[in-house]
Amino acid sequence: MNEQLVITGYCCIRDNAVELDSEQLYRGSEHLFSEFSTGVYRHFSVNYPKFHKMDNLSRLGFLTTEILLGKKNVSGRYEGSQTGIILMNSSSSLDTDRNHQKAISDRSDYFPSPSVFVYTLPNVVIGEICIRHKITGEGNFFVMKDFNAAFMVSYISQLFYCDIVECCLAGWTEILGNDYNSVLFLIEKRKETVEGIANFEPSVAESIFKRR
Amino acid sequence: MTDIYVSACNIITPLGFTTGENAKSILSGITGIRLHEDPAISPEPFHASLIDTVSLDENFSVLGNPVDYSRFEKMAVLSINDVIKNTGIGIHGNRTLFILSTTKGNIDLLGSKPGGQAQPTDVYLWHTAQKIQKHFGFLNEPIVVSHACISGIQAIITGSRLIRGGFYDHVIINGTDIITEFVYSGFSSFKSLSTGPCRPFDKSRDGLSLGEGSGTMILSVSKDDSEKRPVTVGHGFSTNDANHISGPSRTGEGLYLAISKLTDREPDYPGFISAHGTATPYNDEMESIAITRAGMQDIPVNSLKGYWGHTLGAAGVLESIMSIWSLINGVVPATLGFTEMGVTNPLNITRSSIKVSTGKCLKIASGFGGCNAVTSFSVQ
Repeated sequence: MNEQLVITGYCCIRDNAVELDSEQLYRGSEHLFSEFSTGVYRHFSVNYPKFHKMDNLSRLGFLTTEILLGKKNVSGRYEGSQTGIILMNSSSSLDTDRNHQKAISDRSDYFPSPSVFVYTLPNVVIGEICIRHKITGEGNFFVMKDFNAAFMVSYISQLFYCDIVECCLAGWTEILGNDYNSVLFLIEKRKETVEGIANFEPSVAESIFKRR
Repeated sequence: MTDIYVSACNIITPLGFTTGENAKSILSGITGIRLHEDPAISPEPFHASLIDTVSLDENFSVLGNPVDYSRFEKMAVLSINDVIKNTGIGIHGNRTLFILSTTKGNIDLLGSKPGGQAQPTDVYLWHTAQKIQKHFGFLNEPIVVSHACISGIQAIITGSRLIRGGFYDHVIINGTDIITEFVYSGFSSFKSLSTGPCRPFDKSRDGLSLGEGSGTMILSVSKDDSEKRPVTVGHGFSTNDANHISGPSRTGEGLYLAISKLTDREPDYPGFISAHGTATPYNDEMESIAITRAGMQDIPVNSLKGYWGHTLGAAGVLESIMSIWSLINGVVPATLGFTEMGVTNPLNITRSSIKVSTGKCLKIASGFGGCNAVTSFSVQ
């Protein structure tokens, strides 16, 4: 087998803009992430009412995936059970943790809510994406100080090598307050080198991540 | 497939600060769950399995100044220290990775500043992992796995994959979680907490009991010669129900898929299954459906939640260690709290401790976000 892993697409949502495969598709002027994300949702004519119930981390991961997979017809080519989602970030679910903490910090105004609490786990964004795209395969959420491209490539290469996935969505989805940065890669196997399609290597992922 | 050995396991819970102490209490039917009155966690008295702070600090004081470490860090450092003390494997080189498995880390420190809006670096999970890494002088930057209630199994699966891929020779896995007002209030708002000690798979089960714990194991390409009966870790898979973020699939779809992926590669049946068995009505029902669909309804199944409660991100590590203990010693504990079958697909739930002859077990778990995971362990 002479197959290699390639990045067949990537989507970045950061700095008030949406970029797909190095092409800027949208730029917003909103200061708050909640408003910016609603702007993205409307611009790309997404129709998914559950979006409005999601916390900000899930909205960010959901929108990045929506735009990335929307153009790639992945669900038509791979079984959901052979598709993986591997995400990483720095502050886990701290953005929503602060909201839950606020709801319990005052005993005279105590209102913990299950619809907030469920999002105090970072992997719930993976669950939201799985529901939307009928993905049932391998998932994992890693927390690290900075984006570690070498780790991502090592781990995901092993998933492909062991035939655990045929296709993988992976990358960085970070949000705390209005600081957000989402860079997701679509990784597939190719038998031969195709012009314009980059190999899935740490240096390539790193340079896409740093280009802003 | 490369053999990956599991060795030098430690468990810290209210039942003891070593695996041996925990196993002894469990086989005697002792539980760590009791009624607590602690307004810092809950306005009402509550059942949980909590580690005594005084005894934690006493034990920790030989390793460092208790005021320099958080409750979470003290538990993790004590557990890892016990493993390092007892292992025959050289883990201090650059071929070792430390993986921390946790859902919430030092989340108690989030509320320690007025208004709860402060975010000291201590609440970042990577910062906690780095602090533990520096305590022991591990060379590589640690990785945190935070994947709800399957975190522990995910950490074990991740570690074994990284070793099989040749990226590391040894992986130290620690799973830790503490019980805080943050966690208690959340599970309470979900109405998932039991009124008394939890009763896995029982007809009268009404929810889970929360528990604190820390567990550590070493995964390695090397066999630890000090272990009389070497244990290896098999394949592992995680799946997603793609159905609901806070409720398990009614058909057990994701868990069944995970078990099927494993049995496709390891057709030999296990001698027992260590279930997630949280004692919530939905979880246990879902597990019974998935296990039955996999044709494993006659295989002995146990849940350890009746002894330790649900230890969240530590659960997969603690319960795997106890399962490994069972493989080595040939005894699977009773499912404490279980008396009458309470799932529609009856399983072979252990009512008392039983002997096992086959040297293999499955460890399964499911969690929020629709996630499921499975791995296997075998004794040689």
